[in-house]
Order: sequence, then structure tokens, then C-alpha cells
Amino acid sequence: MTHSTDLIAHDIEQYLERQANKTMLRFITCGSVDDGKSTLIGRLLYESKLVFEDQLTALEADSRKVGTQGEGLDFALLVDGLAAEREQGITIDVAYRYFSTEQRKFVVADTPGHEQYTRNMVTGASTADLAVILVDARKGVLTQTRRHSYLVSLLGIRHVVLAVNKLDLVGYSEEVFEQIVSDYAGFAKEIGLDDVVAIPMSAYHGDNLTEHSLSTPWYDGPTLMGHLETVEIDDDLLASPFRMPVQWVNRPDLDFRGFSGQIVSGVVRPGDRVRVLPSGKESAVARIVTMDGDLTEAVAGQSVTITLADEIDISRGDVLATADALPGVADQFEAHVVWMGEDEMLPERSYLCQIGAMTVQARITKPKHKINVNTLEKTATNTLALNEIGVCNLSFDRPVPYDAYTANRDTGGFILIDRLTNGTVGAGMLAHSLRRSDNIHWQVVDVDERAREQLMGHRPQVLWLTGLSGSGKSTIANELERRLHAFGAHTYLLDGDNVRHGLNRDLGFTDADRVENIRRVTEVARLMADAGLIVIASFISPFRAERQAARELVGPEQFCEVYVDTPLDIAEGRDPKGLYKKARRGELANFTGIDSAYEPPRSPEVRIDTTSVSPEQAAGQVVDFLRSRGVIA
Amino acid sequence: MNNVHSMSATQPVLTHLERLEAESIHIMREAVAESENPVMLYSVGKDSAVMLHLARKAFFPSRLPFPLLHVDTTWKFREMYELRDETAAAGDLDLLVHKNPECVEKSINPFTHGSATHTDMWKTEGLKQALHLHKFDAAFGGARRDEEKSRAKERIFSIRSAEHRWDPKQQRPELWRMYNVRKSPGESLRVFPLSNWTELDVWEYIRQEQIPIVPLYFAAKRPVVERDGTLIMVDDERMPLLPGEEPELKSVRFRTLGCYPLTGAVESVAESLTDIIQEMLLTTTSERQGRVIDHDSSASMEKKKKEGYF
Repeated sequence: MTHSTDLIAHDIEQYLERQANKTMLRFITCGSVDDGKSTLIGRLLYESKLVFEDQLTALEADSRKVGTQGEGLDFALLVDGLAAEREQGITIDVAYRYFSTEQRKFVVADTPGHEQYTRNMVTGASTADLAVILVDARKGVLTQTRRHSYLVSLLGIRHVVLAVNKLDLVGYSEEVFEQIVSDYAGFAKEIGLDDVVAIPMSAYHGDNLTEHSLSTPWYDGPTLMGHLETVEIDDDLLASPFRMPVQWVNRPDLDFRGFSGQIVSGVVRPGDRVRVLPSGKESAVARIVTMDGDLTEAVAGQSVTITLADEIDISRGDVLATADALPGVADQFEAHVVWMGEDEMLPERSYLCQIGAMTVQARITKPKHKINVNTLEKTATNTLALNEIGVCNLSFDRPVPYDAYTANRDTGGFILIDRLTNGTVGAGMLAHSLRRSDNIHWQVVDVDERAREQLMGHRPQVLWLTGLSGSGKSTIANELERRLHAFGAHTYLLDGDNVRHGLNRDLGFTDADRVENIRRVTEVARLMADAGLIVIASFISPFRAERQAARELVGPEQFCEVYVDTPLDIAEGRDPKGLYKKARRGELANFTGIDSAYEPPRSPEVRIDTTSVSPEQAAGQVVDFLRSRGVIA
Repeated sequence: MNNVHSMSATQPVLTHLERLEAESIHIMREAVAESENPVMLYSVGKDSAVMLHLARKAFFPSRLPFPLLHVDTTWKFREMYELRDETAAAGDLDLLVHKNPECVEKSINPFTHGSATHTDMWKTEGLKQALHLHKFDAAFGGARRDEEKSRAKERIFSIRSAEHRWDPKQQRPELWRMYNVRKSPGESLRVFPLSNWTELDVWEYIRQEQIPIVPLYFAAKRPVVERDGTLIMVDDERMPLLPGEEPELKSVRFRTLGCYPLTGAVESVAESLTDIIQEMLLTTTSERQGRVIDHDSSASMEKKKKEGYF
């Protein structure tokens, strides 16, 4: 029976009052396989009386069945949740656990130590205030220890506990402990970890976990729990300038227009001058609205709804910031990128990038270098593979408000999403912008899209013809342009021949060059559509991701994907330029359909089956579509 | 709206409950902003009650931007139906009720068909049908990570295949407070705004916010029979009594609520929220023990989730 149990039994009201004012600490545990992370967390849960009798009974049964601790309780089994990992005896994902003591509430992320799962550790570390790094006293500081410590510092965790575990297996030797501490100190300093507290312990026996161990009389520092309960977590965020990414525009009726979001730093009060970024428009906070009544002040961490004194156009992803200290606004950055995708990063490919509540298209240039996390050496590379970390330049398709990650995790951290799988393939931390676009705001253009439309007599459009070489794209494109010209439409035909000889003559046919080829064509097509033209872009464009990127850049309502569908054997039979024969003879590498993949569209606006329709009929199909969309009359 | 409360200038750090509340609200707004047709699963239990309260806060002063969905089994406690109907009558939300028509037709029940079939057909199948029928692409659920071991590794935004299956090996990493909500055609999202709450947090919050909950959570004299060591309440005349079984009036309460024939009561005299919290803190068995479905095997919840159980 603990002290708190008495209080619960005799004065529950007082106990609940104390509960309400507790602070919270989020921490992660990391270390190599078999360093005893799960055992440690199981122990902490057990020691904080969070293991119930029925769970204890199940634990005893499980310990006998699959435990690795002989007759004793295997605390790791309390924590290892998934069936697959129970069999393997290792933790394979991030698991969150909750416990509390008299002083604090804790959320602990159990993160895996196996080398291929760096992404899980980065995930756990991204929300942690403190990291417990476990070292097996018998093995000392390992490659994995260095890797985890580097990630901890990269993710901006300032407080570290070096838990030298399994000390019972080296006879509780002070010498072993001191050796490990001094081995670690040099490395920690190098990577900028300055608050490191080393604790000798045995998670299995509970030494120095909640009580000082009689086996380590030479140690007079804090116990693990004692340190976790008292370590001061600086609330720098409250002192930082006010920032709130707008998540949702709250518009119940015409009289109310509020901007909902979670304040990520600083303090805000009604009357404060704020700027909306990236537009740069300024207004004052009118009200801070909540269901419990308006607030006179709101602080970092709170979710609120703010109304402004002026009617300003604000949408999801914009950032409200104090007018006194603005975040930067830029579209090109240097950043650390942690790659988390199974497929390696493709430089110049377009990925989706989520930063704050904003999603933009991002291209990553060739990494400047990757970082060997064991030696901190920088090596040249063309790409990043799963679990690799590099320094890259990023280019966004529009300016975004940001702070450096070291100043603010929420306005400086971002994730990268693959357009096809929708998986989260990367995470990054902005270092700084590459050019001073900070105070540039878009020029208001008087001649706008509508004005050009009226003059042209039709709406702009990008007709994107995709298909195998020899599928009939050029023939259909020519017929189509002829028909549109006859209507009086302003058109331009972009095809491989007229760009490969000029704009793109520096590009070959590797996957990376194909990606760049289509990117440039997309940009040109967009400019022409902006100018009001109907652009016919006729390119093999074999990859779905690039066509999808084109669609998003141009805007879905101005983009029409036309799939010129011709089976490979028929296209090869036509072979108007003799290219298939060359490819078959091995004289032409990376030829689409032969030794390079073609990914057919899943839902094109128009599909042309060239085995059953003539080029004239095909052009007719596209013209019909343009009419139905209202592009031409 | 004139209830302006001010925070102390010297101690602006949020309490634990304020932090949890703000996080849940953030999660709900993300899901609503990024999905086309969201829904909130409403089981009428205490976690649902908290989730609904948070949703009202998240979108105030707007009406809830999504309907509630009750996947009904026709075997819930009568008091649960009462609270559900009162909630719907409040008028600030839309409530949908789905009953698996096949179960209605075949009168599926736990007594003749067994608890596994009953739960699978009414709840798991019923849920899939309802999500499919209304083409919901995101569904809020009240699950907490502290409830059960396999839940501890569930993401806050969890992708389900077109068949509503969960693949624990294909989960997306979740960093900072950034949630990847993208999905392919046919896939849907399960969103768990209470992921980081514990049972104690839920009770403390209900107490702080005075959220209405089903009276079954409070102790009262109720007719129960003991079966296989579990106290089952005789909630209506459909409950077949075994030979020699005589319902006994006992002071009991429920720690979780579900179908009454599958939910065990605990003997208790806790009549107020404070009593409940006190009892909970002093108790030595975990919350889900009252649920019959978890007992099959220790990996049973993970198996159910892979198959599409919420």
C-alpha cells in the first residue's frame, strides 16, 4: 500500500485536486535489441501499481509459456503487444504506455532497437521531452547507441538519461559503469546533447528504478523514477512568438467566421495584432471563442477558434502569427531528411509535403550528403534509402510560412508523402531558407484568368496525351489541333520532338531524366494554360506519379488526361520510327514497354482505343469532352 | 458566451486534462478538414460520451459536421437506448442507427448463436455494412491505447483496406502532431481521438465537465444471475433462465457497457462519480475483464481488429 492509496481511501476529493494539477512528461526508451527496454517499461508499470491482478495472472502464465526469464516474471511480456513479435521476442513497432506517480503523469513511447526500424524511433522521438537510452553493461556503447543518440539530438530532445542496464551481470561494477559513462560523454558532446544523466541499474531486479539499490553503494545520483519525476522541462514554447496554423474555417452562418486551430507557440489575447501568412495581411484578434466561453488569453497547446476584426480571406494551412515577430515565408529550403520509405528517394520527383496544416508539392534535389550516424561522417550520395538521413534542398510549389525546426517543432517539421502509395516516406526538419523570399508577397495581377478567357472565347486547358511509343499520339494530336483551330481556339502542341531538341536537350532516358523531362514540360504547359491557351501535350509519360503531379500543378479542372490505348504488340508492329527494332536489338536502353515500365492511367478523362477508332473519331471524342466540360462552346 | 474565464498569469502551463482535450480537438479537426464523409461511431458508453463532448467543443459554434452512427445489436441495455434517444433529441446532431438486416431476419442472439457469432455478425459485419452503405471515408472511434496491448501500437489515424482490415505491419509513422490522411480509393480511415487518454483521465474529465453518462455505471440494486463466475443482469424478458436460476437483487454497477447478456457487472456501492474513481483506483482487476469477448485468447483482440472489429 502506497501513500497515495491512503489518500484515495480517505480523502478522494483532495487526491483528485492534486491529480488535476499534475504536469506531464513524454519520454522514449531506446537501445539495442535485448538491452531490456520492454522489461524496463514493464517494471515501471508494475512499480507504479498499474498492473492489475488479472494481468498479473496472465503474465505469470505467459512467463511460464514463452518467457525468457526462467521461473521469474518476464516484465517484457506486459508490454510486447503484437502476437508476431511475441514469437520473435523483439519489439517491432512504437507502443505508447501510460502511468502516473504522485508527481507526474507519463506517456512513454517504447521504440524498437532493430537497425531497420529507425523510422519508428524517429516517430517516438518526435513528441518526446526526454529520452532514456539503454546500454547493456556487458556490451557498452554500441553502434546502435550512437545511432539512437544522434536521432535524439536531431529530433530536438534536450534531456537524456543514459541507463546502464544489466549491471547485475557485471557484478555491479563501478569501474564498468564509469568506463561506459566516459565512453559516451565524448560522443554526446559532439552531437550537442548537454543534459545527460547516467544511472547504473538492473531493470530485471529493479535496482535504482524507484529506490536506491544496496548493490550500488558507490552511486549517489537519482533513481530513474526520481529523475523522471523532477527533471525540469523548459516551456520555451510559451515564451516563443505566437503561431497558430489554421486547421479549419468555422462558419456556422453568415455572421460568424472563425479560424480553428491549436496554438503551437506563444500567447494570444483579444486586441493583439496578427498577420496571416503567407498572404501577409494584418488584422487584430477580435475574440477567442470556446464552448466554455470566450477567453481573455490562450496559450501554446490550447485548441481554440479565433475571430479577427477585419474580413480577410483565410483558408486551411495559413498561419496566424503575431505581427511583432513573423515566421519566414519561403519556397526553397535546406533540411535534414530521414527517409522512411521502402523505395528509395527519387531526386526531382514530386512528393507531397505536409507542414503545419498545409500540404504542398515538394521536390527534393540530389542530397548534398548523407550522414553516417555511427561516425557522423558525411558521404556523397545520389539518393537516400530506407532509414538513411541526409541534408537536402527542397523546393515547394508555393511559399510557406515556417520557422527553423530548432526554434519550433511544429512550424519547422514536415513529412513527405508518396503520391501513389500515399505512404509517409520521409520526415524532415527545416534548417533555413535558401533565398530571402521572406517579405515578398504575390503581386496582385489586374489581368486575371477570367479576363483572358473572355478575350480568347474559350477556357484554357491542358490535354495530356499519354501512351506507348507508336500508339498514335502524334497523329491524334495533329488531328485534334486541326479541329480546335477550326473552331477558332488558341492552341499549342508540345511534344517530344519540339522539347527534346531545345528545352530538354540535356536530358537522357533514365528514370530520373524522364521525371525531369515531364516536370519541365508540365511547367511550360501550365504557363501556356495561364496565358489562356489550349495546350496539347503529347508524351509517352510512362509514370503515374508524374502525370498526377502535372494534374495537381495545372489544377484538376484544367487538366484532361487522354489515354491513347494501344496494346504493345500493335504499337511494336507499327514501329513508325524503327525504335522498337533497335530496342529489341539492344541498341536502345530504357525503352518504354521493352525494358522500362509503362504505368497505364487508372481513370483518364478520355480513353481512346486505337484498335477500334480512327484518328478523326479519336479527336472527336476529345472535342466532345471539352464541350461537356464547358471549355469550348 | 459572457462566461469569460481567465487563466492565471503566473501558471499558464496546461493541466494534464487540458492537454488531452486540446489534442483530441486537434485530431478531430484534422480528420474533418481532410475527409469527405466522416462519421462518429457512438456506442453510448462513457468513452463515446467524452468523444461527443469533445466534438461539440471542437466545432463550436458550428453544428457537428458529421453524423453519429450507432451500430445496434438490439441487445444493449435499455438504459443505453434511453440515453441514446435523449442525445439525439438534443437536436444539435444527426444520429444514424444501423442494424444488420441479416441478424434481424435470423434473430441472431448470444444465447442460441454464441457470443462470438453474435458479436461478429451484429457488430463487426454490421459496422462494415453501415460504413459501406453511407460511403463513410473516416470514422471516429473511442478506443484508447491503454485499454489493451494490441491497441497500444495502433495509430491515431489508422488506414483500413477496402475490406476494412487492419495490417499492423503497414502502419504509417506518425510524427509530431502531423497526420497523413491520404488514402487510396476504397480505403478508409479509423480515427481515435482518445488514443492518449487513460481510463482514469476519462473519469476525471466526465467529473470535471459534468458529462451525462448511462446510469448503469453507478451502483444500484439490479436483478442479476451468476454464470461462470460473471454477474449478468436480467435486463428484459428475452433472457432465458437456466433451471434453478433465480435473479437476485444485488448492488452492482458496470465498468464497460455492451450487449447486456455479454457484459459482466461488478458488485459495488459506488453511487457517485467520486465513488467510482475511488473504487477504480483501489480496484485490482482491469477494465476489459468484464467483457466476455476478450477472454478467448490473449491475442484475440488483435485478431478481431485485423478482421475489421473496431
